[in-house]
Amino acid sequence: MMMKRRDFVKTSGALAAVSLLGMPHIARAAAKKVVIVGGGTGGATAAKYLKAADPSVEVTIIEPHRTYYTCYMSNEVISGVRPVERIMHNYDGLRGHGVTVLHDQVTGIDPDQRSVKTAEGQTISYDACVVSPGISLSYDKIEGYSAEVATKIPHAWQAGEQTRLLRAQLEAMDDGGVVIIAAPAEPFRCPPGPYERASQIAMYLQQYKPKSKVIILDSKAGFSKQGLFIQGWERLYGYGTDNSMIEWHPGPDSAVISIDPETMTVETDFNDDFTGDVINLIPPQTAGQIAIDTGLTDDSGWCPVDMKTFESKQHKGIYVIGDACIATTMPKSAYSANSQAKVAVAAILARFKGEEPGIPSYVNTCYSIVGKNYGISVAAVYRLSEDGETIVGVDGAGGLTPMDAPAWALAREVSYAHSWYNNIIDDSFG
Amino acid sequence: MTEYNNKSLRLVLGAGTLLLGLSATVVADSGMTATMLSDTCAGCHGTVGNSVGPAIPSIAEMDPTVFVETMEGFKDGTIYSTVMDRIAKGYSTSDFEKMAEYFKQQTFRPAPQPFDESLVAAGEAMHQQHCERCHIEGGRPLADEEEYHILAGQWTPYLRYTMEDFLAYRRPMERRMATELERLIDTHGEEGLEAVWAFYASQQ
Repeated sequence: MMMKRRDFVKTSGALAAVSLLGMPHIARAAAKKVVIVGGGTGGATAAKYLKAADPSVEVTIIEPHRTYYTCYMSNEVISGVRPVERIMHNYDGLRGHGVTVLHDQVTGIDPDQRSVKTAEGQTISYDACVVSPGISLSYDKIEGYSAEVATKIPHAWQAGEQTRLLRAQLEAMDDGGVVIIAAPAEPFRCPPGPYERASQIAMYLQQYKPKSKVIILDSKAGFSKQGLFIQGWERLYGYGTDNSMIEWHPGPDSAVISIDPETMTVETDFNDDFTGDVINLIPPQTAGQIAIDTGLTDDSGWCPVDMKTFESKQHKGIYVIGDACIATTMPKSAYSANSQAKVAVAAILARFKGEEPGIPSYVNTCYSIVGKNYGISVAAVYRLSEDGETIVGVDGAGGLTPMDAPAWALAREVSYAHSWYNNIIDDSFG
Repeated sequence: MTEYNNKSLRLVLGAGTLLLGLSATVVADSGMTATMLSDTCAGCHGTVGNSVGPAIPSIAEMDPTVFVETMEGFKDGTIYSTVMDRIAKGYSTSDFEKMAEYFKQQTFRPAPQPFDESLVAAGEAMHQQHCERCHIEGGRPLADEEEYHILAGQWTPYLRYTMEDFLAYRRPMERRMATELERLIDTHGEEGLEAVWAFYASQQ
């Protein structure tokens, strides 16, 4: 919230003085323009940090939604421990930093003309464009699934109405019901997310509908923080016993390949049928649609970028950050998006000054809340590889919460998880 | 950030030769600017190190010596942490020094948190008797003082966790602190510490 207040005041005071003297033309002619496509964590962080580092840069962020729902912490909304309002954020903070916020839909980016077109007919030119579009869901990879079917069979992997829907279905379910979570293949947004979701749903069911069960049908043979999740499930939810509240069916055999919303049945790659009372079908993903339409993606469906700057390898002058970009081993997480935004901002500002981009530093920290007072985390510190082609973890650093951690330590991780959420929101949107 | 950037730039230029030898191991001087390094902390510790809480501590305006010592302690495992040990291992002493200098230049914002007003006076008396000799001026960040720890206005859950670690020998403390702490707890019990936290939290 308090961004170097003294510098901020000083600079805006100086700008005001220039305007009063009636000679803003020269200054304005020289002002660099950055257009940011997408107002999620990556885009918001880029906007805020651009303005903080150089208030003379004209920053416009284009985002259709007036309210942003974070997908991170939405599992707590699904389990009912967090009101939905507490994952809702607006853009007043960015406006306060002098960012122009347009609630409009970007319909095209022209990398040659260096301009962005919107649904409301605006054409906005830029010196640098940041594309932070998040994900788009590949419904077509699951037979019978579609955006329309998702209004009955939620993915809840883009938060908002989908989160509310899944929560409402869990509340309406009878005791003894079966909840199916279909987890996608790599790469996808928030690798530990489906397993935290299973945990949070089990926590809810244990208290309110204890005869019920969560079945995870996975496309993968293993998953993020697996040992820690399974230990948590053993401690909290009877995992591995006949009365386990969570079952995990590993891929590739258990990958869900089709859905019949009428009978509430999914079919796996091994041709097994599973019927659920609530089905949370998380489909495979690609970069957000605007990245595809702009030609920023490669055959993988994600965006190759220069690891030092996040500038697109397909189109100069466009920087792709967050879930949409290919950042080697950095997971598709909020922390990654926030960290990548700062690297991209530094690179953009260096370019405006005609300087070489500096050496980047990247971090990811990611919490999962397995149950009440039971938190686990993964962290990594990253560097650019020697050849500049990859982002690699620093040897000996990073890693997971230790196995067999005592209860007090796991409880601390929950309070740190909640603090992390508050701080990353404030650092990005505040 | 403007005033700092000039300095950071010099650091980068000075480290120019290292640009070629970068690898994924911790190197003595990574050549990264203080701002680049420090901005990665903000996702958990808040913008410029002012945490919005409730448990992660603010690190804005932290004493640089204390900052580096604490990070080294996380790194070598002498100070317990949940996650900071894993993160600290990603940086060199030179990186810590740059971050320390960056955070020293920020302005600490006391945590806007609730506290038990009825405990504040007793907590202040305990602080004066047992803590003030080292944690002067109630544990505020001080311009002319070296090696201060910010207690006034720090998030209470963090202070509580840290004290648990001191008492469980998970975090080393100086002998005089151990002596004063023992006296405080002998006289007031461990619940006396709650009054001390209320006093620190009251300084907003």
